[in-house]
Amino acid sequence: MEYINLVFEEVYKILFLLVPVLVSVAMIVWLDRRVWAFVQKRQGPNVVGPFGLLQSLADALKYIFKEIIIPASSNKIIFILAPIITMTLALIAWAVIPFGEDQVLANINVGILYIFAVSSLGVYGIIMGGWASNSKYPFLGSIRSAAQMVSYEVSIGIIIINVLLCVGSLNLSDIVLAQQNIWFIIPLFPMFVIFFISALAETNRPPFDLPEAEAELVAGYQTEYSGMMYAMFWLGEYANILLMCALGSILFLGGWLSPIDLYPFNLIPGAIWLILKILLLFILFALVKAVVPRYRYDQLMRLGWKIFLPFSLTYVVLTASYLFYFNLLPSL
Amino acid sequence: MVAHAIFFYVFSIIAVISAIMVTVSKNTVHSVFFLILDFISISCLFIMIGAEFLGMIMLIVYVGAVAVLFLFVVMMLNVAQQKNQWFNSESTSSSHIPVGLIISTIIFFELIIVVGGWKYKPELSNLNTSQIPNEISNTHSLGQVLYTDFIHIFQISGMILLIAMIGAIVLTFRRREGLKTQSYLKQISRERSEGIEVLEIPSNKGVKIDD
Repeated sequence: MEYINLVFEEVYKILFLLVPVLVSVAMIVWLDRRVWAFVQKRQGPNVVGPFGLLQSLADALKYIFKEIIIPASSNKIIFILAPIITMTLALIAWAVIPFGEDQVLANINVGILYIFAVSSLGVYGIIMGGWASNSKYPFLGSIRSAAQMVSYEVSIGIIIINVLLCVGSLNLSDIVLAQQNIWFIIPLFPMFVIFFISALAETNRPPFDLPEAEAELVAGYQTEYSGMMYAMFWLGEYANILLMCALGSILFLGGWLSPIDLYPFNLIPGAIWLILKILLLFILFALVKAVVPRYRYDQLMRLGWKIFLPFSLTYVVLTASYLFYFNLLPSL
Repeated sequence: MVAHAIFFYVFSIIAVISAIMVTVSKNTVHSVFFLILDFISISCLFIMIGAEFLGMIMLIVYVGAVAVLFLFVVMMLNVAQQKNQWFNSESTSSSHIPVGLIISTIIFFELIIVVGGWKYKPELSNLNTSQIPNEISNTHSLGQVLYTDFIHIFQISGMILLIAMIGAIVLTFRRREGLKTQSYLKQISRERSEGIEVLEIPSNKGVKIDD
């Protein structure tokens, strides 16, 4: 009986986290399209519901009722598994994101490594989808994305090391609490910029959306997908983008901490602050999509390996030397 | 404790079955996917014995990077075709099977020695069961050992990896002639005077541009 209660409590907590995440993914798709439209002096989706807020729900309904077509020559099991894996990986990473002092599903010691591991697994959904389709464009797209995501993971890892040097713990709550005096965006501003650009590349967002570059590869790894399976790729992608925004706000923007530790701001719960920071980063993502043209593939690789990697490695040495010289290294 | 045991058996059964499937499955890409499943279940086992850092590093390094490259190579080469050539055609005498047999025999005897060591010298097994420290986290305790007692071995293994990396780059690097690569420095440092030239073209004669 005790076990059953425990299980129900956990399921309740998980639903309490996942349902808002899924709803906000739907909303964020709408926001993305609206921002994109406003930059281009269009209206964007504004018909369904107030301000077009229900547009994503209408789209989701359409996807649910569309037929799922599985190509005859595809590898069926892997073809079906690919979107499921993308979606699952995008959602399980939210387990360690802290929304407040104790408001976290799993407060594990290696939280940041967990997020890093899960986001590095995300490439499998894309590779499996591209390979199982048994078609040229999806395969090219998946090969591109595999190389791209592995390359940019390296620089994200080194940026995380920079932050960890200042914190002395891999726990995400500790990382946020270490920023009570100063947010890491101020001492580590260059790292924040590189993190932002690498996050764009890691989530296959424009200007680095080469795996699905529609002018060259039709739709990349998603070409053969239809109906709900396509929608799952799509949801997984946006959940990943939200996750990267959350990670950015935890690492650099002080997570759930309020910007000013004074009376009226203290009253606002930490979760609201975190959501505001995530939204801010997401609007930046959307603006970049609207403003910047797509990179060429060799330029993308050059940026990752020849510019970001040496620069962030140098910054690790600088941060470590600074902390060591001024005796600021965190103790156990 | 019961739940712990159930999870342990689930993960170890998945690990063993997927390890068998790696060698048994006909499709090479499926083998790599089973290998990934094996890595994941083993990292789950690591986490279950309290080695959370090792489990996560296992996921990041092996599943996130090494297996992606495996998959990459397997997808690019037509391995299935090659395999059929090695095992089926009588005309070409295969030199791969003896080598594979030798390596697997060596690994088999190594395993026997390890297991036999536990059997005949029980005090050996005490060496690798040190207490998991409660007061500091897993990562801290690993760091304290790696960067103090075993610093030289740690550095040497880093050097070996660096040398292997440089070797791989040297082996695959070749400078080809006649490639139209972009030189960013050249592009940026171009000036108007060298980019544009005004020519007086005599009528009915034309002019050669490419020189």
